[in-house]
Amino acid sequence: MSKIKEKFAELKAKNQKALISYIMVGFPNEKATIATVRGLVKGGADIIELGFPFSDPIADGPVIQNASTVSLKKGTKISKFFSIVKKIRKETDIPLVLMTYTNILYHKGYPEFISEAKKAGIDGFILPDMSIEESKEYLKAAKSNTDTIFLISPNTSNTRIRKIAKVSTGFLYLVAVYGTTGVKTGIKNYTIKAIKNVKKQTKGKTPVGVGFGISTPYDVKKYINAGADAVIVGSAYLKLIEKTPQNKLESKITSFTKSLKKQTIL
Amino acid sequence: MKYPKNGRFGEFGGRYIPETLVPAIEELEENYLKFKDDKTFKKELDYYLKVYAGRPTPLYYAKNLSEKLGGAKIYLKREDLLHGGAHKINNTLGQVLLAKKMKKKRIIAETGAGQHGVATAMACAALGMKAEVYMGYKDTIRQKLNVFRMDMLGCKVYPVYSGSKTLKDAINEAIRDWITNVETTYYLLGSAVGPHPYPVMVRDFQSVIGKEIKSQMKKINRTPDSLIACVGGGSNAIGTFYPLIDSNAEMIGVEAAGKGLKSKLHSATLSAGTKGVLHGMMTYLLQDKEGQITETHSISAGLDYPGVGPEHSYYKDTKRIKYHSATDAEVIDAFLMLTRTEGIIPALESAHAIAEAIKVARKGKKSESIVVTLSGRGDKDVEEVQNYLKRNVKD
Repeated sequence: MSKIKEKFAELKAKNQKALISYIMVGFPNEKATIATVRGLVKGGADIIELGFPFSDPIADGPVIQNASTVSLKKGTKISKFFSIVKKIRKETDIPLVLMTYTNILYHKGYPEFISEAKKAGIDGFILPDMSIEESKEYLKAAKSNTDTIFLISPNTSNTRIRKIAKVSTGFLYLVAVYGTTGVKTGIKNYTIKAIKNVKKQTKGKTPVGVGFGISTPYDVKKYINAGADAVIVGSAYLKLIEKTPQNKLESKITSFTKSLKKQTIL
Repeated sequence: MKYPKNGRFGEFGGRYIPETLVPAIEELEENYLKFKDDKTFKKELDYYLKVYAGRPTPLYYAKNLSEKLGGAKIYLKREDLLHGGAHKINNTLGQVLLAKKMKKKRIIAETGAGQHGVATAMACAALGMKAEVYMGYKDTIRQKLNVFRMDMLGCKVYPVYSGSKTLKDAINEAIRDWITNVETTYYLLGSAVGPHPYPVMVRDFQSVIGKEIKSQMKKINRTPDSLIACVGGGSNAIGTFYPLIDSNAEMIGVEAAGKGLKSKLHSATLSAGTKGVLHGMMTYLLQDKEGQITETHSISAGLDYPGVGPEHSYYKDTKRIKYHSATDAEVIDAFLMLTRTEGIIPALESAHAIAEAIKVARKGKKSESIVVTLSGRGDKDVEEVQNYLKRNVKD
């Protein structure tokens, strides 16, 4: 069983839902990334999503775009990223998901990239521009090795939801809103409906995580109440990292994470 | 390749897109397939191409230029004479009509040099639609005349400040807008790039260029020995080449070599790029060892793009089309030569094709004929050329 699956099983036994926290590695530097991860673990995050920057992040809003640009300027290379992952792995066993864009994997070669990532301690992948139609080589390379987490949108048809659920392992990533990451639009009725529908279509076989625009304990509670198995918070973390002095980063991240995690305990 | 199966030209193309766009792309393909051979749709499009855009465009024998070079005969396909000043209107009229059939209320587009933006604004004005256009900040400065034209045409222009502030970033921003407003918005892509079906749809709308060349050459009892067109995303080139792809003509796409292929300051994707995934397609890209897209340079904003249409990548690998490049300096020389010999001021983009034609004609025989697609006129570029000449004073 993958680490991510184990985590969901463990949470189920405890009657909890998952808090998934996203950060951009190397934003604003390696030290901050390590401090943030410590804060996330202490604060009770269940899964950490590590962003690897891409020059053209079409699914991301201004906050993650900016973090990508900063991280790239600071010299975040693939080898550097994996060395940071290895450092994180020495400290914690928490499931780690890598989020980046298809070209990063394609360019290195899916098998090469995935096996190196796995070796470093990555448990799964999220590629927001990878559609199921183009995923054959990617899935082949990931095999049973790593979880392949695909996205679903509120406008995805039921037939397609079922197709996506077939190749998605670990969890399904439901995009909460029409839009890019980090854009606050408030909680929409169509999102609540989509959560319920995806759960119904997949018969609860794969956990459903909801992300995009979730930034407060209130948001977390709303989506958990609607039936989400996990919530994903990203841009809000990056904003916090940006405005917090490095020596206070770990404690600030811990307390923010605690406030979010509290809402996932039923 | 008539209609690419699974959206693939060989291994190139495809549909690498965020899930939110999947229903919109499927709806687009479904409607495109429904209307592309629809008699009423075609009649309507032909009407606008003829009486609004000014088709057919002439095929002009550039006698002075040909005689000066002393080799093969150069014919210019005068897309620069189209309404708006470039081939872009062929595609925008087609897509705006399609968007209307699809009952879309809002049209968005990206633009590099501003020619696609202007053509979008014009087609929208004529057909009673509203357009909003994304344009890299750098391009809004070097092509400010076109920004003003769009403004006058009632089209909103959003400068894009991210990344290299050029065409690539304008496309990123247009895609983000589309993701956000997917339910109401039609994305009018201006080149033969992006996720399937855009590359094939834009090619089909631009194929009117090659079809006319074919019949115009036939009328003067000639067959083209060479066809030459500039390539950024590659829409005028694929429109020129595709209808003649089964002929024996040599075909040359000309990319922007900027300050030289070794300088890294260029946009010659097919000449110097590697395979990758960007803007929904698998194609040749300019990228670094890690798969990060690199910044490009060209004196012409319309060619300043690190990707290229997937069908071009296919023809590069199958060797049906040759891809050469022209440097900024060669382009300025060609620009001036055509202007002085024929009284035709070409767009800097099109001047890349002229630069190549000059080389090919010099080596060619007098009995041979070269057809060059003059994709646009150069009024928008005179200031840029003036600045270039000031910086690089020659004897």
